Formats: sequence, structure tokens, C-alpha cells
Amino acid sequence: MTNALEIRGLHAWYGESHILHDLNLTVGQGEVVTLLGRNGAGRTTTLRAIMGLTGRRSGSIKINGTESITLPTHRIAHLGVGYCPEERAIFSSLSAEENLLLPPVLTEGGMTVDEIYSMFPNLAERRHSQGTRLSGGEQQMLAVARILRTGAKLLLLDEISEGLAPVIVQVLARMITVLKSRGYTIVMVEQNFRFAAPLADRFYVVEHGAIVEQFTSSELNEKMPVLNELLGV
Amino acid sequence: MEIFGIPLSALLGQLLLGLVNGSFYAMLSLGLAVIFGLLNVINFAHGALYMMGAFLAWMGLQYFGISYWTMLIVAPLLVATFGIVIEKTMLRWLYRLDHLYGLLLTFGITLIIEGVFRSFYGVSGQPFSVPPQLAGATDLGFMILPNYRAWVVAASLTVCLATWFVIEKTRLGAYLRAGTENPKMVEAFGINVPLMVTLTYGFGVALAGFAGVLAAPVLQVSPLMGSNLIVTIFAVVVIGGMGSILGSIVTGLALGVIEGLTRVFYPELSSTVVFIIMAIVLLFRPAGLFGREK
Repeated sequence: MTNALEIRGLHAWYGESHILHDLNLTVGQGEVVTLLGRNGAGRTTTLRAIMGLTGRRSGSIKINGTESITLPTHRIAHLGVGYCPEERAIFSSLSAEENLLLPPVLTEGGMTVDEIYSMFPNLAERRHSQGTRLSGGEQQMLAVARILRTGAKLLLLDEISEGLAPVIVQVLARMITVLKSRGYTIVMVEQNFRFAAPLADRFYVVEHGAIVEQFTSSELNEKMPVLNELLGV
Repeated sequence: MEIFGIPLSALLGQLLLGLVNGSFYAMLSLGLAVIFGLLNVINFAHGALYMMGAFLAWMGLQYFGISYWTMLIVAPLLVATFGIVIEKTMLRWLYRLDHLYGLLLTFGITLIIEGVFRSFYGVSGQPFSVPPQLAGATDLGFMILPNYRAWVVAASLTVCLATWFVIEKTRLGAYLRAGTENPKMVEAFGINVPLMVTLTYGFGVALAGFAGVLAAPVLQVSPLMGSNLIVTIFAVVVIGGMGSILGSIVTGLALGVIEGLTRVFYPELSSTVVFIIMAIVLLFRPAGLFGREK
């Protein structure tokens, strides 16, 4: 079976700044992988580079076996990738429901609007509100929920638990568990180690734009001293 | 019957003339608003493309005997095609730069288009008669309504409202609104934003072309007809709020009417009233009546 995501020798730039230096990572189908690292290590840039949202990129990014390094962003999405950016990018000129319905369906098998509303009842209640009038937690749920409709099975989630109330973080954790049981492949960037630790199958540690450490969830305990040093968790 | 010493029929006549002018203002500023929203380009060539629409209608009839009604569809399509070529070959490179570059480029394009038409047709106007189906006038009892002018107002209102509906109420419009806010994110959802940008520019200039064909029988078809209008149109856009869809339609019509009324009550002011309103609006609401502060 081909890997959901296979990155080899990835370099990425923003203008003149060289951010990613020969980054390699692999994510199998149905795996949940978390990218750990300090702020500015290059984790967000890794997700943005996968989507083609950085400046120049070189190397290889295979999504479900298809080379995507030369593709424009909209074609990359059609390989079955859903991206939830750190800043959430809820559109203020659209209602909550318009935000939810905005991303076009890429392939069959996505969640229906009813399923999404039963998973996030708050969004159903506030469907007619202006997108940016929603609370931070609701906006975060909306930002994730809208890519679940599209049928994308590879989800790139950037700091979805950041700055949210514990009860909302729990809702999101349950959602990840449900998605995992349905066979979604998820790459998460997380600062909140407690959120990520029980959910992920494997971890990569990013530093200075490259992977410096990788381990599975079963190795988590023995790796804690290293992590403490690398991340200060 | 008189109002403030002005015969009612004269007043209504100027009101109608104001509405006709307002219809052109609305269609042209709507096109500018749609283009500015998504492309971030101040399309100075709008007036020249409006003139092109009028000229294409005239040329179609003059050289090929193609009717007004056919050209009402064909001329905007030709203008759109021309616009798409401009967007693909030139404008595309300027999106990341300051507004000024887009303005300068489209200003240069305006000079070229107008220059070409002037060298062939001079500056005098070409006559274009009202299509036979709309010739004549209807007596409404309280005023005589020229059929063609009624048609201009009805056609432009229909086009403006349809555009508003598509942008504010449909899925396609949601893509446009979202693309105006955050094009990169919309593209990350799998929407071909560069294509959407090209087609939006094509649509915006097609509106100008359509307005041009509508204007051909009312105003003279002349290479400078766009330049005469574009400055007022920019004032309309500034008053309505740059990039606001509904704002451009309402402001366009309203200013046309205000101009018409001024022509009745204080004719000396009629050509400047729009700019006076612009100055006042800029003082109190710099983002325009319908614009959002950024």
C-alpha cells in the first residue's frame, strides 16, 4: 500500500529565507502523526509546503503516491488533502454555514452536513451567524469541520487545540479519535503535548527546518528526557 | 403642476435622465468593484472598454449589418475576451505590487485603446440609432417616457441585481467573496483561483462593454466617451466604498438621480455635485458609504 504522504529532501523558502532544510518524513495510510518542535522550528512551514503555500520548494512530496512538488495549490488539494491553518482562516464575509460549505467536495466519502452538525452541535446553532462572530472555539471547530465534508482523507491540522478551553479541546480530541477509527490519515502540528500524546501513533521532532528525532507512541515514555531537552515540555 | 416653480414634467424628465446616467454609473462602478475586490487592481481601462463596447456595436451594425440585439450579447463577449488577454499577459504580474502599478498599466492601456480608435475615427461621434423595437415614446399621462431610456434603466437594473444575487447568494459568489478575503486559503480548498481571477476580470470588463452597447444610442459613439465618464465613475466608487457590490449599485443610481435633480434646481452645479459629495463623504467616512474600514 502506498504511503499517504512521503516527503524526501524537502527544502522550502519564504522569499530569501531558507526555512526547511532537507526534511524527510513518511506517513502511512490511517496513521496519526504529530510534529513536535519549538516555535519557529519549521512545523507550520512543513504543512504549508505540502500545500504549496510557501515560496519556492524543492525535493519530493508524494501524496498517495503522486508527486506534488510541481503542482499548483488547488491541484494538490484535489489529491485528497484537507488543510486547517493555524490562523483558522474563517471568512468574515461568509456566514458560518457558508464557511462550512465553501470547500468543494474533492472525492466521495466525506461527512454529510448532518453528521458534522451532530459532531459539533454548536455549529448547527450558529449556522447563520457571520463566520468571524463565532467564539474562538467555534471558529476552530468550523475550520476543522469544513474539511471533513470534502472527502479528503489526509488532514493537515495546525495547532487546533491552541488557546481553547479544555472542554473544547476534549471535543476536538474525540473528533480525532473518531476520524482515526474511520481510517483518516492525520498530520498534526501541536504545541499542546498533553493533547497530542494520547492521540498520535508516531511523533516527529522538527528543529531548524529538519527532522531531528522520530519515535512511536510506545517509545514515548523512554523518549521523555530527550523531549524535555528538545522542547522544554 | 409645479414643484418649487419647476414644471413636474421637466422634473420627471431630468429624474429619468438622471436614472439613465445612474444606470451607467452603477454598471461601470459595479464592474470596478468586482475587479478591485478580487484582483486588487484599480482598472483605469474601464472607460476605454466601455467605449470599445459601444464602438463594437456601431461597427457590427455599420460593417456587417449585425443588429443591436445581437451585439448586446456579442460586444460584451468580445470585450471580455480582450480583457482576459490583458489579464493573462499583463495584469497577472502586478497583483503582488502596490495598487499604483495596476492603475498605471491600465491607464497606459486606456491611452493605447483610445489612440487606436481616434486614429481611425477621429474624435467626432458616430451616430447610432435606437433599435426600431424601442423607438418612440410612451405617454404615461403625467410624462412622456422615451422607450429606449426605460429599457436602459430596466436592463441595467436587471444586470446589476443579477450580479449582486450571484455574488451574495450563490456558491460561486461565496468563492468570490472568500477569494477576496484570502485567496491562498480558497486555493488550498482545491479551487482554481487564478482561473477565477481571470474570469472575474473578464466579467467585470464585460459589464463595461454591455454598458457601452446600451449607451451607444443614447450618447454619441466616440473614442473619448469613456474618458468623459471614467472620472465620475471613480468618484462614484469612492463614495460607495471601494469593492462594495451593493454600494456601487446604490451609489451609482443615487448619484445619477442627484445629478439630474441638480440640473433642474441649480444647473451650474450639476457637473460638480458628484465631486462635492465625494469630498464630504471622504471627510466623514473615508472608507465610503458602504465600505468597510480596513
